[in-house]
Amino acid sequence: MNHWIVAPVILPALLAPLIAFVMRHDIVVARAASAAGTVALAAIAIGLTVMAAGGETHVYYLGNWPAPFGIVLVLDRLSALMVLLTALLALIVLWHAIATGWDARGRHFHALFQFQLMGICGAFLTGDAFNLFVFFEVLLIASYGLMIHAGGKVRLKAGVQYVVMNLAGSTLFLFALGTLYAVTGTLNIADLVVKVQDSAPGDQALIRVAAMLLLVVFGVKAALVPLHFWLPATYSNAPAPVAALFAIMTKVGAYSIIRMHTMVFGPDNAATGSMIGDWLFPAAVLTIAVGAFGVLGARRLMPLLSYSVIGSMGTLLLAVSVFTPYGTETALYYLIHSTFSAAALFLLADLVVSRRGGDGLGVQRPTVQNGLFAALFFAAAIAMAGMPPLSGFLGKLLVLDALRGPDVIVIGWTAILIGSLITILGFARAGSVLFWKSTAAPPPEAAHEAEQGAAPVDPPSPASALAIAPTMMALALLAALTVFAGPVTSYLQDTSAQLHDTAGYVSSVLARDGEAE
Amino acid sequence: MEILVATAVGALTAGGVYLILRLRAFAVILGMAMLSYAVNVFLFSTGRLAINAAPILTGYEAGDYSGYTDPLPQALVLTAIVISFGMTAVLVMFSLGAYLEAGDDRIDMDGPDTLPDGEAEVTDGAEDAAHLTIEIEPKESGA
Repeated sequence: MNHWIVAPVILPALLAPLIAFVMRHDIVVARAASAAGTVALAAIAIGLTVMAAGGETHVYYLGNWPAPFGIVLVLDRLSALMVLLTALLALIVLWHAIATGWDARGRHFHALFQFQLMGICGAFLTGDAFNLFVFFEVLLIASYGLMIHAGGKVRLKAGVQYVVMNLAGSTLFLFALGTLYAVTGTLNIADLVVKVQDSAPGDQALIRVAAMLLLVVFGVKAALVPLHFWLPATYSNAPAPVAALFAIMTKVGAYSIIRMHTMVFGPDNAATGSMIGDWLFPAAVLTIAVGAFGVLGARRLMPLLSYSVIGSMGTLLLAVSVFTPYGTETALYYLIHSTFSAAALFLLADLVVSRRGGDGLGVQRPTVQNGLFAALFFAAAIAMAGMPPLSGFLGKLLVLDALRGPDVIVIGWTAILIGSLITILGFARAGSVLFWKSTAAPPPEAAHEAEQGAAPVDPPSPASALAIAPTMMALALLAALTVFAGPVTSYLQDTSAQLHDTAGYVSSVLARDGEAE
Repeated sequence: MEILVATAVGALTAGGVYLILRLRAFAVILGMAMLSYAVNVFLFSTGRLAINAAPILTGYEAGDYSGYTDPLPQALVLTAIVISFGMTAVLVMFSLGAYLEAGDDRIDMDGPDTLPDGEAEVTDGAEDAAHLTIEIEPKESGA
């Protein structure tokens, strides 16, 4: 057993209480500890990725209990990839939060941030369905605190809605797990694969109920239409760095669908058959439509970005819904891309909005560094909308390629292509109002001073290079994802092949005999 | 016994769903609590209902499993109770915070996307932070 597998959970879990109790009065120390912890997490994640790249499925038996009885953590290529993605995103977001001072606007930002990382990494690594629920709760309870960080009336009201929505989702999760346990007698994912395959015909209806309940639960997390209503209010009212970190939270839902519904409830088992894909496909098409029209119709910048996240989740889940190895591969590529492009947009929006009077898409006096922000917004919007040359284009191209089955090609291609067109229109409108028309507006200082006489408003201070660096870094990662698309997709091909090889996963997790204790 | 438990789960769920669809935070909190009770009872029953039985296998050499109850759902229920208890506490604190900030306990937003252009509310609220720091201390996450 390699103990490094549990490190991405243990490290933040130990660090967070230390930050909360020992360093609560000194923001500098807390920042240093949180940054060091996140860098260490990234290093561990790289190590785990290297370890998993060999193609072996590494299993960590907590408490050394044999597999179907104890809880296991499983490290395969997919979970290593997701942990690495989380660590990289966390670095970018943490840097932004420190450089812009967001973390000092309320208490306990860093402790909650580390708890959040613990929950996310745990959810990606666990091999037990109930343990997945527990890690969901860990990441959610931390996200509740982060969501209302720095307070404010609107944010608190949005926070209440977010909590209620997710509590209802958690309750459904428990109902689904209870049903699954009542039918199969196990909650270990590898054991579930076996038990669901061998299920008696009389039990299959209950298994279908559990599979659909789980799809609903993960759909809430992944903002699948019609379960997306919490997302725009949450993302647009959360602090911008938190919204950028939440870019990985929707991916937790997508990951869970990929993990559970490909391996346990895949299309080749008799209990569920193609049912999951049949429901997921139209829902994903609707998600693209809602995202695209939301982008076009939004009157404020933050809801616009939130709807673009919904649209990208639709594209991602559309690729998942075909449940083929190639579909999963393209979905994973798009997942990486969509995480970083959403993060780049939210971080950039923070820089822009904090220098304007609110995030309304109206004509205002130009901000400082208007040209720089416009260029960055242009790049990030191109990535999110899926135009060449950035990875959004390649990602959408791959997803289109995966949707070549005769029964999905017409609707799937139409949804993605028209959805992209509408998204481009929405972003073009927002960008031109924010950055181009604003330069035509008269400088308000003169009028303001004329009215009030004294006390002119201070012009917003330009963003320092340190504050812009995280946005640049996210965009640079997108560029790297584009340039190295060949190696990345071939790695993702192996990842997807390993995921679809359920027999290999089951034998690695369940076969304990002969291993040195 | 089965009918009793099933109707209890059903009634609690129905009441909970009705209450979380209400407009006021208080009713929603009660509804969430009822839903979590319902799911706890439901989880308890997933190991099959056995009366007066300990989770200890005694007669398995004779092939007699009748006096035995499954211990795993009980462990799951314990975890679920701890988590839902903590979550209900968090929800109460959130609702109190929102009530104190907004002056009413309505759960819906007043049109987040319909503010006039350029007049959007700035919610960065550094000055509001003081109200909040008392409330955000969710440390139950170790459960």
